[in-house]
Amino acid sequence: MIQTSALSRSQTDLPPTTITTAIPATTSTTAKTARPGEIKIAARGLDFFYGEQQALYSNDLEIAANKVTAIIGPSGCGKSTHLRTYNRIFELYRGQTVRGEVLLDGRNIFDADCDQLELRRRIGMIFQKPTPFPMSVFDNVAYGLKQHYHIGRSELAEKVEMGLRQAALWDEVKDKLHKPGTALSGGQQQRLCIARAIAVEPEVLLMDEPTSAIDPVATARIEELVSDLKERYTIVIVTHNMQQAARISDFTAFFYQGRIVEFGRTGKIFTNPDNKQTEDYITGRFG
Amino acid sequence: MQRRTHLSLDPAFRWLTLTGGLLVLTLVAAIFATLLHGSLPALKQFGFGFLLSQDWNPVTEQYGALSSIYGTLASTFIAMLIAVPMSLVIALFLVELAPPQVSRIVGGAIELLAAIPSIIYGMWGLFVFAPFMADHIQPLLSRLSPGLPFFTGPPMGIGLLSAGIILALMILPFITSVTRDVFAMVPAVVKESAYGMGSTTWEVMRKVTLPYGIQGVVGACFLGLGRAIGETMAVTFVIGNRHEISASLFAAANSIASTLANEFTEADSDLYLAALVELGLVLFGVTVLLQIAAQWWLRRTAKRMGAGR
Repeated sequence: MIQTSALSRSQTDLPPTTITTAIPATTSTTAKTARPGEIKIAARGLDFFYGEQQALYSNDLEIAANKVTAIIGPSGCGKSTHLRTYNRIFELYRGQTVRGEVLLDGRNIFDADCDQLELRRRIGMIFQKPTPFPMSVFDNVAYGLKQHYHIGRSELAEKVEMGLRQAALWDEVKDKLHKPGTALSGGQQQRLCIARAIAVEPEVLLMDEPTSAIDPVATARIEELVSDLKERYTIVIVTHNMQQAARISDFTAFFYQGRIVEFGRTGKIFTNPDNKQTEDYITGRFG
Repeated sequence: MQRRTHLSLDPAFRWLTLTGGLLVLTLVAAIFATLLHGSLPALKQFGFGFLLSQDWNPVTEQYGALSSIYGTLASTFIAMLIAVPMSLVIALFLVELAPPQVSRIVGGAIELLAAIPSIIYGMWGLFVFAPFMADHIQPLLSRLSPGLPFFTGPPMGIGLLSAGIILALMILPFITSVTRDVFAMVPAVVKESAYGMGSTTWEVMRKVTLPYGIQGVVGACFLGLGRAIGETMAVTFVIGNRHEISASLFAAANSIASTLANEFTEADSDLYLAALVELGLVLFGVTVLLQIAAQWWLRRTAKRMGAGR
């Protein structure tokens, strides 16, 4: 019934797909990183199970470097589940298993020799609710830096400032760096989490409905931020909000019942989708 | 259909709750007043010196509380020193690491430990644990730390150290079960985002789970502390009951509660009785001070970390 992206890919205008995917998963650790527009992450035949229950069916998806890829679809369609495979965060939970592969710069992240901690440094994640840690604003941003690098005091301060500036938060918090992170407003907290994630210089940012818990003004700021951040990072954003996907993303994948129904340039998906279900969803006939 | 008439019970309920609240206050005040009144003769006789003298002699009618206070604080300190880290480790294991089945079984066993009456701990301490201490642990400690005054003297089994260890076993389940609940309440998404930063389980526990629950953890510790400081039966069995302060933890000692338990039936003079009641007053005062310290500390950490909202 529903065809996955393998079909729709040929019909849509995708980034050049040939270059990095050709790199076999077994190359040395110094595999080259994708240049803008090339494929950064590729899911291949990805199945996902919550215990016995299958939640994703043979997902194929290609995430272009330094672009924003939005994942949309009705509740329970597997958007978040799909996203949560990219940094292997689902492995925290017993009974959640995956089949198939996810290639990051051509190397399968599920390979035994893939360093999970390094993977999570390279792929940062932002969650639905802001998750400041119980420590000061400064320490929140320094958290990952101290974890992944041997770093001196002054350099640490520099990097923290840089992270906060990139997250467009510096001007608001520079006088309260030593206040608890939880004392900020909801929108600020979310930008703090973004600062914390980008401070460790990741390559990819996964955002799981990052604006669903904050007010419209703060949402607008974060959307603006996302557009700035794609200069440096590859961004995958799961969103409930179709206008948001239309506003900020370059590519959009429409998920339905664990399958990728359609994937292509955002402009095309929202104006002239190939699939009837996609059309029904974006025009609000269900979802 | 007939409309139901509302007979509002709100005012009555308000009164009921208010009475309950006031009752607690009244009880505390009444206990304090009774203790104060009962200890008046001793207060007049010894004044402030009661707290500073370790001379306790019913024959010459000389009473000083220092050895009891020292014993209470020292045994509690030993208990906390052992129980707090162990509880934290157990709680973190149960919440973060153990498979659910193991967590349930171990958790149940810990609740069971909390349900054992203190007299059982006391008897077990005296008949099983004290001989074991005398035969194995105390000689070992003496050998390992030559020259340290804490671990000198004859290994009798009973004494301050044994009392402290028994106390630790008794408060362990309390602290563990409360801290476990506190850690279990740290939102999964906060932990996930720490793991998502590339943290190891250890880093997540130390930097996120523990600080997030710090208020609850401290609360649990004070719960344990409150229990340890007033624990009577088990301590009386194993502490040795001697009114003297010794640097060695092997030496027999006493605590406020054990002195009261041992000597109340023997108090044949008014002054003796008053001295014992004053000991009770001291214990009451120490507990209140600890509560105040706990509240102050909690407020301070809350302000600094913004934790556990």
